[in-house]
Amino acid sequence: MSKPKVAFYWCASCGGCEETVVDLAEDILGVVEKVDIVLWPVAMDFKYKDVEAMADGSITATLLNGAIRSSEQEEMAVLLRRKSQYLIAYGSCAHLGGIPALANQFEREEILRFNYEDAPSVINEAKTRPQLVTEIDGHRPHLPELRHVVRSLDQVVDVDFYIPGCPPTPNLTKAAFNALLSGQLPPKGSVLAPDTALCDECPRKATKPVDVAFSEFKRPHQKLLEPEQCFLAQGVVCMGPATRSGCAAQCTCGNMPCTGCFGPTSRVRDQGAKILSSLCANIGAKTEAEINTVLQGIPDPVGTFYRYGMAKSLLRRRVDLTTT
Amino acid sequence: MSELTSLPKADWTPRIVAFFCNWCTYTAADLAGVSRLKYAPNVRVIRLMCSGRVDPQFVLDALRRGADGVLIGGCHPGDCHYVEGNYKMLRRFQLLHRMLRDMGVAEQRVRLEWISAAEGERVKFVINEMTAQIKALGPLNLPQKFENWDREVIELARHVRQQEEISGVTMPTPAEKEAVHV
Repeated sequence: MSKPKVAFYWCASCGGCEETVVDLAEDILGVVEKVDIVLWPVAMDFKYKDVEAMADGSITATLLNGAIRSSEQEEMAVLLRRKSQYLIAYGSCAHLGGIPALANQFEREEILRFNYEDAPSVINEAKTRPQLVTEIDGHRPHLPELRHVVRSLDQVVDVDFYIPGCPPTPNLTKAAFNALLSGQLPPKGSVLAPDTALCDECPRKATKPVDVAFSEFKRPHQKLLEPEQCFLAQGVVCMGPATRSGCAAQCTCGNMPCTGCFGPTSRVRDQGAKILSSLCANIGAKTEAEINTVLQGIPDPVGTFYRYGMAKSLLRRRVDLTTT
Repeated sequence: MSELTSLPKADWTPRIVAFFCNWCTYTAADLAGVSRLKYAPNVRVIRLMCSGRVDPQFVLDALRRGADGVLIGGCHPGDCHYVEGNYKMLRRFQLLHRMLRDMGVAEQRVRLEWISAAEGERVKFVINEMTAQIKALGPLNLPQKFENWDREVIELARHVRQQEEISGVTMPTPAEKEAVHV
């Protein structure tokens, strides 16, 4: 019997997810022993036409990382969906939109203008921008189009499973491979990580106060952080209560608060609204003016609470933006 | 015509979702009714036990599903049946309001009001004022916006399907309803 085929693909991402696959270290040998990798642009040389030539459904699983924000990424997502039995959204960007989805606060024109004209490091006097079609020496090369909206993978094609994290941990990746190879898969649409809040596995849980009354919020760089005390008790915004566990609390163990990359648990629809609700309810102040003084410690609620989840948030995008 | 310049239909009136606490504002709305006060019929009231029960997700979800505005009504500070509930709402509201502004939602679309059980007149005034303000702002219509945003993807899907029709291969229909490639 031939080995199951696996593909790795990347869209709007930083490469960190690919790094996690490499971080499987010697365990990757066990994976490679059991599967055939048929596409992995970051590490191996395959052409898109090789994928196009495959029979539909002939790839057992595709792990796709990165958000979808260009026409090329959409085409690849559609193609890989068709060729794969299981399409797995791998990492925060494919799962929730990730960091790239913060671009959903801006018009496409603003983004292009900044990156090709206004950014301090850019010298572009002719104000050249990438064109969809250019005429060079009788050739007409095409470039993908940047979409107005950054999307999670499941906002573009049907997704079977999600592996969360920025990036997902090697342990979760290994567990997912084991589940795939043994055929012991949870129901379709599951996130392949525990369905409890991060606080559950955080070593600081014992010091989590029952009754917090925030008198101020401090950002990590504004304070010397206690190495063992719950961040909420220190008045530092920690996304832990509204974030799924499964990362072995790497950030809080490294003395940094959780920023929420695993997304919400299955019982929460909007991670940002939920942490906002929890933090604000526990402010000590009772008058509008005093409350707002405390809240000055959270200067950018959208960027803080939806750092990884803007695309999948209830509003998805700044609502007064256009697509024209 | 872009989605921003499109004018509301002539017969459009705002749809406002209201979360009223059982003990004060809902009772006040009841009083307004019993007193036969006339006010704009644009509000759909949802009764909750306390304004402290209003999860910010409720507000976002209402907007996402097509509400043009959200009104939250609770007891005056110090009067909460559960002692602290309205303070919790007040604190959440301060940040939620700022966050919604950052997300492009006009300030008048989401409003928090303290209305005691005796203030039927106040219910009338607030609902009328809010309806007029949102009428001036025009529809929010997020479902339509989402549809407009996703048109850029659906066009690609159509293109892919055309290509497949030419080559004779068909694309499976995704089951997940959130996917726009259908």
